[in-house]
Amino acid sequence: MSATSKGRQSFRLDSTMDSVAEVEAAAEKLATEAGLDEDGCFHVTIAVREAAINAAMHGNKLDPAKKIDVSLENTGDALVFVIADEGEGLDPDSLPDPLAPDNLLRGSGRGIFLIRSFMDEVNFRQLHPGTEMTLVKHLPPGAL
Amino acid sequence: MALTIASREVDGVTVLDLSGRITLGEGSVQLRDAIRDLIAKGQKNILLNLGEVNYIDSSGLGELVSAYTTAKNQGAAVKLLSLTKKVQDLLQLTKLYTVFDIYDDEAKGIGSYK
Repeated sequence: MSATSKGRQSFRLDSTMDSVAEVEAAAEKLATEAGLDEDGCFHVTIAVREAAINAAMHGNKLDPAKKIDVSLENTGDALVFVIADEGEGLDPDSLPDPLAPDNLLRGSGRGIFLIRSFMDEVNFRQLHPGTEMTLVKHLPPGAL
Repeated sequence: MALTIASREVDGVTVLDLSGRITLGEGSVQLRDAIRDLIAKGQKNILLNLGEVNYIDSSGLGELVSAYTTAKNQGAAVKLLSLTKKVQDLLQLTKLYTVFDIYDDEAKGIGSYK
């Protein structure tokens, strides 16, 4: 289910990998239409994918009863993505540093790091229950 | 595009030519199974050709690391060949560039096992 008003798209989706793919495709389309270069589009797409995976899989644990809420918007100055889950909540400060020598060979734990690396602003808000993540990518001057 | 894996033998080295995405649900498990099968068959020298891989997410990166550690623990070696710019950038960002032996040239990659 989706709705569009004044350029802002909102989705309420099941906690599935199909939903992750849908959100990822929408993010890639928004980034491409905003005129980001290939690297910029890749960075936005992978960051939003990671956030959607985090919500559906780690937050909602793929529970069919729980939804993920997503909104995407080109404000003219930036691309803004808001992704929320209904899980138990995420403390971003508790996550181990994936670049630490002891963590380098871990098979997981790089998702939030990639999001923070590729977006200009990343904010977390606790929803009780759930976590809302806001991802912002500033647009270069002259972008569409 | 889902991941496709083609296997070939060159001078005692198994080269896996990967094409597509290595992501959660679209390649991570395939890669894991392929590596485990090779190691179970006693193959010690595994070169992953990533020349046609343009997209790896955090799960895919984790799978590459797991392949490396699984192989190492079994006395085998997983090395990487022909990184695309996007994959190279990801490995540098995550410092995994320092973990893997990486080659641009296949002959040098094959020769490194001798």
